[in-house]
Amino acid sequence: MMDKDTVISVKDLTKKFGNFTAVNNITLQVRRGEIFGFLGANGAGKTTAMRMLCGLSYPTSGSGTVAGYDISRDAEEIKRHIGYMSQKFSLYENLTVWENLNLFATIYGMPSIKIREEIDKAFETLGMKDLRNVLVKEIPLGWKQKLAFTAATLHVPDIVFLDEPTGGVDPATRRKFWEMIYRASSDGMTIFITTHYLDEAEYCHRISIMVDGTIKALDSPEGLKQKYHADTMDEVFRIVAKDAQRFD
Amino acid sequence: MSIFQSLIKKEVLHLVRDIRTIIIVLVMPVVLLLLFGFAISTEVNDVRLVVMTDQHTDETREIIERFRTNSYFTFEGIVSHDEAEDLLRKGEADAAVMFRTEDGKLRHQVIVDASNTNMAQTSAAYIESVINNSTSGIPIVTSTLYNPQLKSAYNFVPGIMGMIFILICAMMTSVSIVSEKETGTMNLLLVSPVRPWTIILGKLVPYFMLSCIILTLMLVLSYTMLGIPFSASVINVVWVTVLYIVLALALGLLVSTIAATQVSALLVSGVMFMIPVVMLSGMIFPIENMPLVLQWLSCIIPARWYISAMRVLMIQQLPIGYVLTEVIVLSCMTMGVLILAIKKFNAKK
Amino acid sequence: MNNAISINHLTKRYGRLTALDRVTFSVPEGCMLGLIGPDGAGKTTLYQILTTLLNPDEGSATVVGLDVVNDYRKLRTQIGYMPERFSLYPDLTVSENLQFFASLFGVDVKDNYDLIAPIFNQLKKFPNRKARALSGGMKQKLALSCALIHRPKVLLLDEPTTGVDAVSRSEFWDMLATLKAKGITILVSTSYMDEAEQCERIALINKGKILGVDTPKNLVERLDSNIYKASAVEMYPLLNALRGYPGVNDCYTFGTTLHVVADDGFDPDAAIDKLRGNGLTDVRICQAKGNIEDLFIKLAKDDG
Repeated sequence: MMDKDTVISVKDLTKKFGNFTAVNNITLQVRRGEIFGFLGANGAGKTTAMRMLCGLSYPTSGSGTVAGYDISRDAEEIKRHIGYMSQKFSLYENLTVWENLNLFATIYGMPSIKIREEIDKAFETLGMKDLRNVLVKEIPLGWKQKLAFTAATLHVPDIVFLDEPTGGVDPATRRKFWEMIYRASSDGMTIFITTHYLDEAEYCHRISIMVDGTIKALDSPEGLKQKYHADTMDEVFRIVAKDAQRFD
Repeated sequence: MSIFQSLIKKEVLHLVRDIRTIIIVLVMPVVLLLLFGFAISTEVNDVRLVVMTDQHTDETREIIERFRTNSYFTFEGIVSHDEAEDLLRKGEADAAVMFRTEDGKLRHQVIVDASNTNMAQTSAAYIESVINNSTSGIPIVTSTLYNPQLKSAYNFVPGIMGMIFILICAMMTSVSIVSEKETGTMNLLLVSPVRPWTIILGKLVPYFMLSCIILTLMLVLSYTMLGIPFSASVINVVWVTVLYIVLALALGLLVSTIAATQVSALLVSGVMFMIPVVMLSGMIFPIENMPLVLQWLSCIIPARWYISAMRVLMIQQLPIGYVLTEVIVLSCMTMGVLILAIKKFNAKK
Repeated sequence: MNNAISINHLTKRYGRLTALDRVTFSVPEGCMLGLIGPDGAGKTTLYQILTTLLNPDEGSATVVGLDVVNDYRKLRTQIGYMPERFSLYPDLTVSENLQFFASLFGVDVKDNYDLIAPIFNQLKKFPNRKARALSGGMKQKLALSCALIHRPKVLLLDEPTTGVDAVSRSEFWDMLATLKAKGITILVSTSYMDEAEQCERIALINKGKILGVDTPKNLVERLDSNIYKASAVEMYPLLNALRGYPGVNDCYTFGTTLHVVADDGFDPDAAIDKLRGNGLTDVRICQAKGNIEDLFIKLAKDDG
């Protein structure tokens, strides 16, 4: 049922808040190294589903494993093996670039020698050496975004969850960010990403579209376009999400 | 509905919907008042006293008798040196008096548990006075004016009022303005045809009304449960307090022009107002006992002037003429802060 | 035709940083103009000056003939503004928010309801819901309704669709088209290039300077013609390989393919052979037509 290369596998995952079913019976599997686009209209239940996968919230029913750990029993272990980055780029504005990276690496329990090596390596690949001792609040948005991604992946997690990482970011900066995602993916890291930019959806290996708490479509961008006779992911999304009832 | 009315209505809705804050704001003054009024007291009551003596004489017997009958003391008995030390150390006695007869004259030594310095000083002085009453030929009659029972409530009510109004007016106004900055609605208000003055008043008036409710609540409590004598001076109390409330609102407005986030608004009002009010206003530590530098510093603390005015008006119940200095200082402060705050609020970058 | 907005040598400095550098352009009455530029280009500063929140250091600007500095009070009644984040009172309900903003401008919701009716219709179902409980798309509609309730002549929208899903976004743009048809002038900034293409005219801004104002079509025509589409099974290695390939000026992801901006001498067939030799499978490179997005990337690269 589950081989070594499946890093996320959930079955019939459901989350209810009172009599409101935020997430309704979702089942999905994500392979190692895959870029998985988790799409859906505002309020479709994406955030709730993602919180369960990250071990931040327990499912009402259903089961699953993330990075080989059970989402109901080993939430703490899951957190150790994943990275998380949100739209708000949770960085400490009053710490320098280096201090931020060091802090997040320490939180994930990396030994200090390794931290220094990895940070130096990251500065090298990003070409950010000059910004090392600059306060985060003083660097441009595009750099902050890259930095937040680096902070979330410095401990080399199996999976990194990206919650609308490119919201409100211009196309040029977004592209640079996607190149980082590509690189991480080709290094074997699994990327689980939500976005409202449907051109970005085209970059994903596979995509799911959530509507009113359930997964309405799940396939590769090519497969989805064929299935819905559409030319772009934008069209696919409109067809799939057209009947959404939920507004919040 | 006029623009001003709808601004007020909006602010009232914010307040009413944030029921937790409302409860805190209304309950906190009551709790503080009752807490300081009843539970926390600096009065010296029930000093447990032991006596050591090498020789029982009529004189010592008479003194012990006076302690025994004095309601402020509990006479725990005559003990040996070692026992006395032991009792003090264990905290089973608060003070010990040792009598020694030298050359036919009675000498005494007072030992006080000074882990609470305030209490130790008061009780030592009191013990001395009880003993000396017999040794000196002239009896000293002390009579205390205004607060004959030395009730701590009398001392604290003005202090708590000084604190509460700064807290509620300054903190809540600044936080509510800054939160609009944070959500961006302040920009929408500013780009609308509403005059900045109206926006400011729309913010201040609701908190002013809230403060008036709290004032009523506190006065009712003070005059009933805490037993502060009621007289015509209450009118003066009210209007000096209203002046102080306006000052506090202006301070809140000033903070809101400086602070960029709600947290910094809270911190600024907390650090800039709360701590000086507690430490330097004379609410807890008498200003006269402070080092000179701190005494000067206390002059810029509005609460210092307010509290001192309240002591005169509420406790001594003297006419307004006795607090002219305080009222003038408070008025000047209010004008100054208000002008500065409005100037800063209007400034375009 | 008259200009609804005209901006003349507008300059704004923050310390050493020049946020706006002699910005000059105008928006004709009834036109929808898209303001496009990378983050930090100065878009928000421009909005703040046009909405009279900031005063410029140099230059001048008028909106419906009113000066942003001298006639600011009158000007404020003529514009509708939607800031970068939807600014509503989260603890007030849908109808309370609307009523409040109406009263700020001294109008009654009923007076101008016809204007907002198409937008507000979906919100009508829950007038008593708190604004914080609305979804992104619904908040956006409410914010637009609030910005329109006093029937402004000019609508200033600063990235109104950020964080909103694709369906709500296209609904929103339909509404803007309706408003434009009613003669309202719209200045809108966006980071979605598909939205930019729906504007009548586009102003490109970068580092505080206006680089060009024209129709989307004309702007795209100004682009270099040497744009190629490239794809292979292994996309990321292809991207790296093409970046190092002689004659390639830039290469970036573009939907399912890569776009390659190359010199005149670039030979796609030779490149395919070379890349196949490098072990890439199913390599395809063919001529492509650039669009606004290519233009934007070029712009950001030239100055970045």
